[in-house]
Amino acid sequence: MSNRLINWFKFASPQSFYPIAGKMLPWFAALTVAFGLPALWLGFFVAPTDAVQGEGYRIIFIHVAASWMSMFIYCIMAFWAAVGIVYNTRLSGMMTAALAPTGALFAFLSLWTGALWGKPMWGTWWVWDARLTSELILFFLYLGYIALTSALDDARRADRAGGILALVGVVNVPIIYFSVKWWNTLHQGASVSLAKSPSMAHTMLWGMLLMALCCWMYTIAVALYRVRAIILERERHTTWVSELPEVKA
Amino acid sequence: MNWGSPSEFFAMGGYALYVWGSFGVTAACLIAEVLLIRKRRHDILTSLRRELAADRAADRAAHKATHRMDYQ
Repeated sequence: MSNRLINWFKFASPQSFYPIAGKMLPWFAALTVAFGLPALWLGFFVAPTDAVQGEGYRIIFIHVAASWMSMFIYCIMAFWAAVGIVYNTRLSGMMTAALAPTGALFAFLSLWTGALWGKPMWGTWWVWDARLTSELILFFLYLGYIALTSALDDARRADRAGGILALVGVVNVPIIYFSVKWWNTLHQGASVSLAKSPSMAHTMLWGMLLMALCCWMYTIAVALYRVRAIILERERHTTWVSELPEVKA
Repeated sequence: MNWGSPSEFFAMGGYALYVWGSFGVTAACLIAEVLLIRKRRHDILTSLRRELAADRAADRAAHKATHRMDYQ
């Protein structure tokens, strides 16, 4: 019987992942632009003016994508944290660390664009409402992860402590998602649902989905870029790093 | 097409502050993030190159010390 299993653990070594990440990086950067430009074009020039909110609703294109990403990135961090704790692979901790600042950024952007949308539509920048508060907690979870891991000198211990925080904090993600159903809230319900056909214009929906894809590609590109720096920092005393062409040059 | 003129586009139907405040800050954050990572990579590469150069210099000095007779 032929063994067709790929040895995934081979890629789990920082030494073999560093060049792979370098090769993938420009493709994801190009895809970010390839999805981002049509998304902006649809969002600003094709999607019609909203009947109730006028042009102010166009914040949706960035707000929804940023909010989705803030939740997705946390789930991916929790996934890598679980892999790191179960298999004790070094790369998983580096991936978790590489994703955290981008996740924090999207959580901040979700709150920021939400405030700028809330002011003209609800009359307030902020309310202590279930959806907004749980998203704020997500932002603090990201900051807590970054603070905790940077407070520990030993990278492996930092990975383990941060990984536990990431895994415990992941319960907050479904709370954010279902908050608009479970509690009375000022925030509107889910913008896109699998259960019912979309209530918005198709061009609006496509603009949102393309923007979400753009943010996905951006996140992957930036995470690969950052993980390469982290690999160099943590593997600085190894022979393979000192033999890299970018170091020797 | 939704807009009659560029100024109409930038006015965003009276929501300019909110719409451009959202998109502008988002763009600024994403660009800043990329620049910060670029600086992080630059810093670690510079430090690695210095370390390598120092190691080579130390090797040469050690080599010279052990072969002092040959040089004299």
